[in-house]
Amino acid sequence: MTIDQIQQEIIDEFSFFEDWMEKYEYIIDLGKGLPLIDATKKNPDHLIKGCQSQVWLDAQANQNGNIQFTADSDAIITKGIIALLIRVLSNQTPQEIASSELRFIDAIGLKEHLSLTRSNGLVSMIKQMKLYALAYQHKAQESND
Amino acid sequence: MDLSTTHSGTNTFDPKAIRAQFPLLERDMNGKPLVFLDSAASSQKPQVVLDALNHYYTYLNANVHRGVYTLSQEATDAHEKGREQARAFLNARSNREVLFTRGTTEGINLIAQCYGQAFIKEGDEILISGMEHHSNIVPWQILADRTGAVIKVIPVLENGDLDMVAFDRLLTRKTKFVSVVHISNSLGTINPVKTIIEKAHAQNTPVLVDGAQATPHLKIDVQALDADFYVFSGHIIFGPTGIGTLSGKEKWLEAMPPYQGGGEMIKTVTFEKTTYNELHFKFEAGTPDISGSVGIGVAMEYTQQLGYEAMQKHEQDLLHYATEGLSQIEGLRIIGQAAHKASVVSFLIQGTHPYDVGTILDKLGIAVRTGHHCTQPLMDHFGIPGTIRASFAVYNNREDVERLVEGVQRATRMLL
Repeated sequence: MTIDQIQQEIIDEFSFFEDWMEKYEYIIDLGKGLPLIDATKKNPDHLIKGCQSQVWLDAQANQNGNIQFTADSDAIITKGIIALLIRVLSNQTPQEIASSELRFIDAIGLKEHLSLTRSNGLVSMIKQMKLYALAYQHKAQESND
Repeated sequence: MDLSTTHSGTNTFDPKAIRAQFPLLERDMNGKPLVFLDSAASSQKPQVVLDALNHYYTYLNANVHRGVYTLSQEATDAHEKGREQARAFLNARSNREVLFTRGTTEGINLIAQCYGQAFIKEGDEILISGMEHHSNIVPWQILADRTGAVIKVIPVLENGDLDMVAFDRLLTRKTKFVSVVHISNSLGTINPVKTIIEKAHAQNTPVLVDGAQATPHLKIDVQALDADFYVFSGHIIFGPTGIGTLSGKEKWLEAMPPYQGGGEMIKTVTFEKTTYNELHFKFEAGTPDISGSVGIGVAMEYTQQLGYEAMQKHEQDLLHYATEGLSQIEGLRIIGQAAHKASVVSFLIQGTHPYDVGTILDKLGIAVRTGHHCTQPLMDHFGIPGTIRASFAVYNNREDVERLVEGVQRATRMLL
């Protein structure tokens, strides 16, 4: 599926929730279920420091050049949103990741978690995901040259 | 201004009537009646303050201190009335000892820079405490970097009190300045500033007290305390943002060079030499925050008229009620249990992150602060990433506490 198709899938899923509680219970579940990041990657090099919560992020290219993200956070709601971001962006090509527009966050009513006052590391995480994609894109181009 | 008739019709303390004077508390947040428990970060404003700001801009606005016309004189009178209200509020000796700043942070920076320039040199020690807000750490670090002075830190005990035994040890002949917080914003601890000042003065060391959290809860008398400098912010004591007060002993203020140059602070200017104006003007370059001084003046008067004794009784009741209610929650740990404590409860729940709890409380219409509260070294000391902090002001009530306790229970159920 393309990034946009996955985003639409998430938007459709979230439309079934009746209230904020159901929505957050789902996000909390996603957070709890987020696959663990490799313990060796949970180091200062992979840390995105927020004022409120912290995020660790790693990106690896698989054999066909698509990028696999793994991440973690100390806050579970942040982790749940990370799970959604990984679902949307992981296993896509670097080009698609770098040029993606993440509309689902706003559409499912989680925009507030990306606001300045939250300072939970998520905004920097999205930026970092795209930077990883750009880096892999360059690397792929160089090896083709 | 007679406030006794505006809030209750009598001089008795009526929490319900007081709450009704804060219009913002009527609003909803996320579809629920707002429970505002973040007054330690910034308090809400009573109608008298809002009216005073509106009145200033509607009827009095003009630049101060230099107009020959009547309107400018009236604006000047309103501005200087704010200063006199601040003097009376702090019981400072004279209006020359009362400066307006942008807030506590600017007050501390002013002292660190100006006192520092005049008196601090390499090897001198500046003593602060382990529970300082970043605004009472970083300005001293900047000064230390510039001068080669050394910062020493009074440790914090497990219950949130200052380690006064360590203070006695750290206060030496090398200590050239002490800067401590009166009430901790993260823990609520009320520090023994009078004792600290007495002991520091015995060594001829001046003391700055960060009173940002103290002024809404404690009656301050800078002469009784004998504080060399006392700083606080308007917005935490029911006044506007962007204005604060610095009270300093004249002997120090006279001996200190100015902080910023510009209009108002000068006597004569030529390209060769400028002579500075007298106190308080010397430290107030540029057009001041006139509506701010009007607003903070009214806010201080308002607070005094509420009566500190009755206010404390009300707030302490909320503090105990909240402590009792929260303590029933399994896995909840209160950070900061000093014997003398203002109405602040900082806590953590085992297995949850403050950000998550704060997010769910927000959805329930409850505004609390989460994170390190700008006291990172203190959080590191306790080995925690931050806390959830509920702070209570005079306008809060037991229902707010009950909503908080229920909210935390609900958040815990969702998160664990």
